[in-house]
Amino acid sequence: MAVVFEKPHALCDVANHYCPGCTHGIIHRLVAEVIDEMGIEGDTVGICPVGCSVMAYDYFNCDMIEAPHGRAPAVATGVKRAKPDSVVFTYQGDGDLAAIGTCETVHAAARGENITVIFVNNTIYGMTGGQMAPTTIPGQVTQTTPYGRDPKLQGFPLKVCELLAQADGTALAQRVSVDSIPHIREAKKAIRKAFENQVNKRGFSIVEILSTCPTNWGMTPLEALERVRTDMIPYYPLGVFKDKDVWNREEDK
Amino acid sequence: MEKVLMKGNEALGEAAMRAGCKCFFGYPITPQTELSAYLAKHMAKRGGAFLQAESEIAAVNMVLGASSCGVRAMTSSSSPGISLKSEGISYIAGSDLPCVIVNVQRGGPGLGGIQPSQSDYWQATKALGHGDFQLLVYAPASVQETVDMTFKAFDEADRYRMPAMILSDGLLGQMMEPVMFPDIVPDIPEKPWACCGHKNKREHNIINSLYLKPDELENSVLERYKRYDAVKRECTDAEAYLCDDAEIVITAYGASARVAKSAVNAAREKGIKAGLFRPKTLYPYPVNEINEACQSAKTVLSVEMSMGQMVDDVKLALNCRIPVEFFGRTGGIIPTPSEVLEKIESLNERSR
Repeated sequence: MAVVFEKPHALCDVANHYCPGCTHGIIHRLVAEVIDEMGIEGDTVGICPVGCSVMAYDYFNCDMIEAPHGRAPAVATGVKRAKPDSVVFTYQGDGDLAAIGTCETVHAAARGENITVIFVNNTIYGMTGGQMAPTTIPGQVTQTTPYGRDPKLQGFPLKVCELLAQADGTALAQRVSVDSIPHIREAKKAIRKAFENQVNKRGFSIVEILSTCPTNWGMTPLEALERVRTDMIPYYPLGVFKDKDVWNREEDK
Repeated sequence: MEKVLMKGNEALGEAAMRAGCKCFFGYPITPQTELSAYLAKHMAKRGGAFLQAESEIAAVNMVLGASSCGVRAMTSSSSPGISLKSEGISYIAGSDLPCVIVNVQRGGPGLGGIQPSQSDYWQATKALGHGDFQLLVYAPASVQETVDMTFKAFDEADRYRMPAMILSDGLLGQMMEPVMFPDIVPDIPEKPWACCGHKNKREHNIINSLYLKPDELENSVLERYKRYDAVKRECTDAEAYLCDDAEIVITAYGASARVAKSAVNAAREKGIKAGLFRPKTLYPYPVNEINEACQSAKTVLSVEMSMGQMVDDVKLALNCRIPVEFFGRTGGIIPTPSEVLEKIESLNERSR
């Protein structure tokens, strides 16, 4: 009998701790499928953030390192400089990557650090119970913006892909979503490209994935997916913001 | 190898490369500058990686990453920069990773100054980050000792899977002395815990400091403290100079020990029975050694370039058996031998 669907080898066979309806599970699976398809699990080192995906070291079957909050790109840099032949990815949320870790993120991109960054943007701090994130949309109610985010008081959200596309060291900056099957397919292609870029030494690659947080948004899983379409994608347009070999070599693909 | 004349900071960099350090990550700060500059010039040529990080915080986390791969890695800074690294150092300790951290101390607090100081003793030995943990802390007093201790720091950090610090200062880092480098091929142990890709040959490794269940966290800390017990038994080091019949024992480490030694010699010339006890390891503190050195002591005097930090450990080590006095200058001022001699003489007067 032909196998039509199975767990990717790069995912551990364990129950995860994510809330029902959270799309971290889909994103984990896409990353693991790409690692399987490229046959790179044995060379891959993943770096976990602090946040909802802090325990991703228990879910990915490759070697895993847990970084301090926001420091995953620096830890990844250390791994990559020590072992240039390894495949290094970080898996980070919006607070980790775009607030406390902004410095590490921007400079890893500016250096053209040859790593892959999986950036999960759900516009909220999930793990700590729903505080305002650097990506919280104006008007969005969170625990620390109980009357809605007011840019006059709390400033504007950070658009990470648009920002990092400005860095000469960025090879790929692409925003995708996992709210629908076509979008999930698109997301997987982007993740694959971000890993292939690293293998081909093209520079820093980031894939921003719009994700849901039904628990802290106070929504059902279906309502949460709908919010991605009605509120998030209009503010955070999907697409490729940069795609080039930062070293300006001949196309090597 | 023949003797060469080198600055302390540069000699430390050369020793690190010879000790098998393959990755250095740092951020510019005075007075550790020459160390980074030396490694920037030489490291890549000798098969290592040098990278100037965007911050002290990033630098120490790059060390965390490189060390996680099983590679010998180092970062260096001076006092304010070490404060910034403390988060990463706590994670490194909590993840049981070896590495070497250099602190070429300058005056504080805050931005302080750029002249030599020893006011980071408490930070290095008591609280270099949150949580229950320790670093091995080596206190060289010459350029040669800086070199020898750098080799030792890498070896012992690997052996006990913990971070090690070279606690230097602006004087030791910037002065020049003749130095010899030992002809040693570094003996780097196997690191089966390393995260460098499992090559489909083993289960995946995890480097982590998170334990959400209190009993698991307590067990991980208890396991670490068993190693610290071994460290306390096996790693203490100290020099006792003219202590056998000494009635006044000066305790001092690093640069202030050089000054204290001159003062002890001058005191002896005046017929005062003075000696010097110089810890070479500050953690673990050489408790047995200091008690042995103070057997005939009536008074102990801790001389430091701070407002009095190591003096606490001297009192604890001697269990308050002998009166312990303190003399120090701070803010980047190096005490003169005559100042210390004056203090010795007044203590000598008092005990008569």
